[in-house]
Amino acid sequence: MPPKTKSFDVKKIRADFPNLKVKVRGKPLVYLDNAATTLKPQIVIDTIEKYYKEYTSNVHRGVHTLSQKATENYETSREKMRQFLNARKSCEIIFTGGTTDSINLVMQSYGRAFIKKGDEVLITEMEHHSNIVPWQMLCEGKGCVLKVAPMNDKGELIWEEFKKLVNEKTKLVSVVYVSNSLGTINPVKDIIALAHSYNCPVLIDAAQAVSHLAIDVQKLDCDFLAFSSHKLFGPTGVGVLYGKETLLNKMPPYRGGGDMIASVTFEKTIYNVLPYKFEAGTPNVADVIGLGAAIDYVQSIGLEEIGAYKDELLAYGTEQLKKIPDIRLIGTAKNKASVLSFVHPVIHAHDMGTLVDQEGVAIRTGHHCTQPVMKHFGVAATSRASLAMYNTKEEIDILVKAIKKAEEVFK
Amino acid sequence: MSYDPKTELYQQVILEHNKAPRNFRKLEPCTHNAEGYNPLCGDHLHVYLNVDGQKKITTITFEGDGCAISKASASMMTESLKGKTVDEARILFEQFQKLITGKLNPDKDKHVLGKLAIFQGIWHFPMRVKCASLCWHTVKAAIDKENKPVSTE
Repeated sequence: MPPKTKSFDVKKIRADFPNLKVKVRGKPLVYLDNAATTLKPQIVIDTIEKYYKEYTSNVHRGVHTLSQKATENYETSREKMRQFLNARKSCEIIFTGGTTDSINLVMQSYGRAFIKKGDEVLITEMEHHSNIVPWQMLCEGKGCVLKVAPMNDKGELIWEEFKKLVNEKTKLVSVVYVSNSLGTINPVKDIIALAHSYNCPVLIDAAQAVSHLAIDVQKLDCDFLAFSSHKLFGPTGVGVLYGKETLLNKMPPYRGGGDMIASVTFEKTIYNVLPYKFEAGTPNVADVIGLGAAIDYVQSIGLEEIGAYKDELLAYGTEQLKKIPDIRLIGTAKNKASVLSFVHPVIHAHDMGTLVDQEGVAIRTGHHCTQPVMKHFGVAATSRASLAMYNTKEEIDILVKAIKKAEEVFK
Repeated sequence: MSYDPKTELYQQVILEHNKAPRNFRKLEPCTHNAEGYNPLCGDHLHVYLNVDGQKKITTITFEGDGCAISKASASMMTESLKGKTVDEARILFEQFQKLITGKLNPDKDKHVLGKLAIFQGIWHFPMRVKCASLCWHTVKAAIDKENKPVSTE
C-alpha cells in the first residue's frame, strides 16, 4: 500500500536517529515506547555537544563572547518555541524541567494565589498522575475541591458529564490533550470555550499531543499549556509552560533566586519581568538550545505530515492487533493518536514486556502513571506500544510476531 | 556456551506454576499473614501461614494477582516452606535473595534451595527481580508480624 503522505520519507527520517541503529538482544531495535520518551535525531545531539565543546557558559549575565552566544541561542530557542506554538510573545514561553514541573508551576503560583477554599479544580479521569497529584496537594492545603470528569468504556470523555461539572465555582480546568495510556484526543477547544464562558482558565497537558498535532495556542485560546522537550525528540530535563501574558503577569513567582530578580536589597526585592520571573537559577542552557534544534527538525518535516503518517500507522497497528484473538485493546476512542494499549488474558503485561524485548521490541508495561485509568478498565497494567514518526508498518509486524511468540511460550 | 535468557526465565516449571499455582487460597483462621503490593507493576498478593508451638510452618497459602514470575515464585515458595521451621524459612529467604541477585551460584555455592534454584537466571532481568522476591518479603513480614504492606519496588 503506497503511503498517503507522499512527501513523508520515513527511511530518510530513520537515518537521522542514531539510536535506531542499535541492536537489542542481537535483534534490530524496534522502539515503540515513544509515549515515554522519543529518540533524538543527530542534529539535537550535535547541537548540545557543540554548546559543551565550544561555548559553555552561563546565560543572561556575562558580557564575554561565549556567554553572549549562549544567551542568544537560549533566547532563540524561546523564539522558536513561540513560533512553534504560535504564542503572541516569546515572554509567554517559560522553560521548566518538564511537563510535571510546568503543571506544578501553575499549581504553586496560580493555584495558591487565586484558588480559594470551596473553589473547584476540574480534571478528567484519564489524567496522568502529574495532572492529578499537584491538584490534590493544592486542595489539601487550600480546602478547594478536585472534580473528576468521567470517561466511557472506549476511553472518551463523556461530554454531557463534563458539561455538568463546569460551574461558577470552577476556578481551573486542567485536562490532557492526548491521553498517554489510551491515546484519546480530547475535545480541548470545546473544553476551553465552555470553561471560558464561566471565566475559568484552562491548562492543557500537551505532553503527548506536541509530537502529533500542530498546536496553535491562540486558536485554542488555552490559558496555559505544558509539555516536555523529550517527547518532542529533544533532550530530557527541559519542559515548556506557555501562559497568557496577562495571567503570567498577575501570578507571583514561586521560586526565588538568581535571574528572577530585577534588584535585591535586604529590605526589598523587585522581581524580574516575564519570562525570567519564573526561571530562577541557572537554567538548563544546553538542553534548551537542544530543544531549539528539535523544533527545527520537526518543522522541517511538518507536524501535519507527521500526524497523517502516524494515523496511518495507528490504523494499521490496530488492525493487526485485532487479528490476534486474545488481545483486548484498551482505549478505542474514535479520535485517537499514537497509542496501542492492550491486555492479554493469559500473559501478564510484565511477562509480555520481557518476552517481546527478547525480539528487540521496546514497549512499556505497567499503569503508565494513570492508575485511575487502569481502575476504570479493571486491569492492573497494560502493555503499550506507542508510535513516533520513525516507526514503520514492518516494525508493527515484528511486534505482532513477538506477541505471537510470547503466546507460544505461555501456551 | 551462549546464554539464552528466555529459556532461563520462562522455564516450563515456572510457566506450569503460573498456570496452576499451588496452595492458592485464603487460609482461615491463620496465625500469621501479610500483604505484598508492588504498585508500579500491580503485583499484589497475600500470604497466610499457620505456625505451631514448635515454630513449624504447618500450612502456608497465598492468593493474589500478578505476573507469571511473581505467581510462580509464590507458588513454589509455599511448596518449599511447608513443614519448615521459621528459622529454616529465614535461611531460605536469605539464600533466595542472594540467588536472584546473582550473589549465590547454585552450581557452586552451598545451599538448601532445592527446586527454587530455578530462579537463578532472573538476575539477568533486573526489572523482574522484584517480581520474584515480593512473596518472600511478604512471608518474612508475616513471620515478623509487621503490620504494613510490603513492597519490593
